[in-house]
Amino acid sequence: MRFDLSRPFDLAMAMSPDLFLFVGAMALLLWSAIGRDGAAHQRRIGVAAIAVAAATLLLVVAASTRGWSAGPGIVAVDGFRWAADLVFLVGAIIAIAMSLDYNAREAIFAAEAHVLILLATGGMMLMVASRDLMMLFLGIETMSIAVYILTGIDRRSPRAAEGALKYFLLGAFSTAFFLYGIALIYGATGATNFQVISERIVALKLEQTPMLLVGVALLLVGFGFKMAAAPFHMWAPDVYEGAPTPITAFMAASVKAAAFAAFLRVWLAALGGVYAQWHDAIWWLSAITMCVGNIVALQQRNLKRMIAYSSVGHTGFILVAVASGTTQSAAAFLFYLVAYTFAIMGAFAVIVALGSPGAPRERIDDYNGLWFVRPGMAIAMAVFMLAMLGFPVFGGMGFFAKWYVLQAALQASAPQTRLAVLLVLTTTISAGYYLYVVMAMFMKPRPEGADQLPPTNGLSRFIIAASAGIILIFGVFPDPVARWTRTGVDLVPLAPQVEPNFTQSAVAR
Amino acid sequence: MPNFFYQFNFYLFGLIAIASALLFVTRKSPVAAALWLVNVMFALAALYVMLDAHFVGVVQIIVYAGAIMVVFLFVVMLLNLGDPKEISDVSGKWGRLAAGLVGLALIAQIMTLARSSAPPSLVQPPDRVADDLKALNALGTIAKPLFGEYLLAFEVTSLLLLVAIVGAVVLGRRRAAS
Repeated sequence: MRFDLSRPFDLAMAMSPDLFLFVGAMALLLWSAIGRDGAAHQRRIGVAAIAVAAATLLLVVAASTRGWSAGPGIVAVDGFRWAADLVFLVGAIIAIAMSLDYNAREAIFAAEAHVLILLATGGMMLMVASRDLMMLFLGIETMSIAVYILTGIDRRSPRAAEGALKYFLLGAFSTAFFLYGIALIYGATGATNFQVISERIVALKLEQTPMLLVGVALLLVGFGFKMAAAPFHMWAPDVYEGAPTPITAFMAASVKAAAFAAFLRVWLAALGGVYAQWHDAIWWLSAITMCVGNIVALQQRNLKRMIAYSSVGHTGFILVAVASGTTQSAAAFLFYLVAYTFAIMGAFAVIVALGSPGAPRERIDDYNGLWFVRPGMAIAMAVFMLAMLGFPVFGGMGFFAKWYVLQAALQASAPQTRLAVLLVLTTTISAGYYLYVVMAMFMKPRPEGADQLPPTNGLSRFIIAASAGIILIFGVFPDPVARWTRTGVDLVPLAPQVEPNFTQSAVAR
Repeated sequence: MPNFFYQFNFYLFGLIAIASALLFVTRKSPVAAALWLVNVMFALAALYVMLDAHFVGVVQIIVYAGAIMVVFLFVVMLLNLGDPKEISDVSGKWGRLAAGLVGLALIAQIMTLARSSAPPSLVQPPDRVADDLKALNALGTIAKPLFGEYLLAFEVTSLLLLVAIVGAVVLGRRRAAS
């Protein structure tokens, strides 16, 4: 079915999963305002929020099997959108499930916290659906504002307040860059619609106009902040450390995935015509990010901070896929997001499960000898660390994620050999800190007088086991996911392959 | 000279805007600074009207000069930060230097952009806006795309504001006794 987006009914149908999520979130918002604040109310809203997210997930799956498409308009209806939506929704469900226990334990009784996760997810879905710079901006802001609030939701924690304020100020700053970039791109091309922009860049030969160049540079800076790519990553460690752990997981996995998905679409669908000029900028961004993230992570002794820096490193790895700019690399990109989401979520779920009120247990030393007291947890954490490292077999999907990115980089029409070498080198560096955690858990003795770890309840155990299971199972049989990511990018309006001179095919779709 | 009256108004309001902006950043008292900012907004509104963007000009006065500045003043008065000499947001020599460099970069950028020219097919005929205004009047030219092509964006804006309001309430309310 092909939607005519100028008709309101078709537009509503094209946006039906997003609208359902927002309507559900607003109903829950009312409910959370009516009830009395407390642990029980918080849990009820959380369970209902999971139900809304799960129902949206089913809608997205249903939509993706219908073969919908859309005519020109401000939203895209394609497989890439549905695939990315699935990744965000899975991330949101796991984050809310983690928050249920975490918020009860830390006495965060604001039931709105769960609803804000839903609203942030709605913003992400709008981002990846948008085919217009204005819609993209609104999606980014909806997501960002919800996440600023979530960072500071624990009002008794001064670290959370510091993180939230820092995130808010730097986020507002990056928004200014982003908006300025949009304004200049509009000034240069006279359009905000991706398709029109890409058509005009090619037809009117706007590649070298200063206004477009400055606009694209500012847009790149704005995206760099949101993706936490070096040198725009400065906020990430403090914010990740200060935020409540489930929210850190949500930021490191879903928020970053959303920024990437939107980035990929803008870069390939709107700015395909200037891709060749910007290839170098993305190349350097990727190279610097890989080095900085992985090297600085080596020095961290706080697990949340370490994962924050390592997630900066992952930004660099994913940017390798963007720099390759082929259909194959877009598929590798989606596969990476899936593997990375489960690994990050699982690792943070372990951190949440081992903490107790007043003793967050976030230092790596707290994990010494975990194998002797909690063998299951230690094995799961090892799987997540190895998955992020990209270790074969035991790292499951993580290995294939890096493998596909490497393959895409080397098989691109302009092979990214140096980036691929750098990817392998920095991965070797990252072994230094990922394996250190594994070594601490299995080989170091449990320190004398270490306090008792709290019992883990069924829900946390289920999240951790399911994440580890998915990583391992699809690590042995990666084909279904790989096939799914390939159908996901079939419909992306991809720019032509990165070739020195290309012409009309940029506007094929 | 195409239109002396137009030129005169442009330089008049342009100079008022620049002078008020300079006074805005140099005043020590936050209240005085905020009032100079109101003046900048008024001068900008006049420039918008001269660009045939009548609606934007009026909104500029109502929203920026009216609502947002009143909120600014409220915050300044409610916070009651005390002697203005003790508060300074740009601290030290290096902060000033960095801010100056950013300002210079922006000026250089505007200079570059002012010299660039748009391809002829993107340049609108000079009376295009005036014709639109005659046919649809000031509100119609804004309302048609806003509630047509950009209806979804318009609705999403309300969601964005809702999220911000919820955030303000959640972070600002007194914590319930647990």
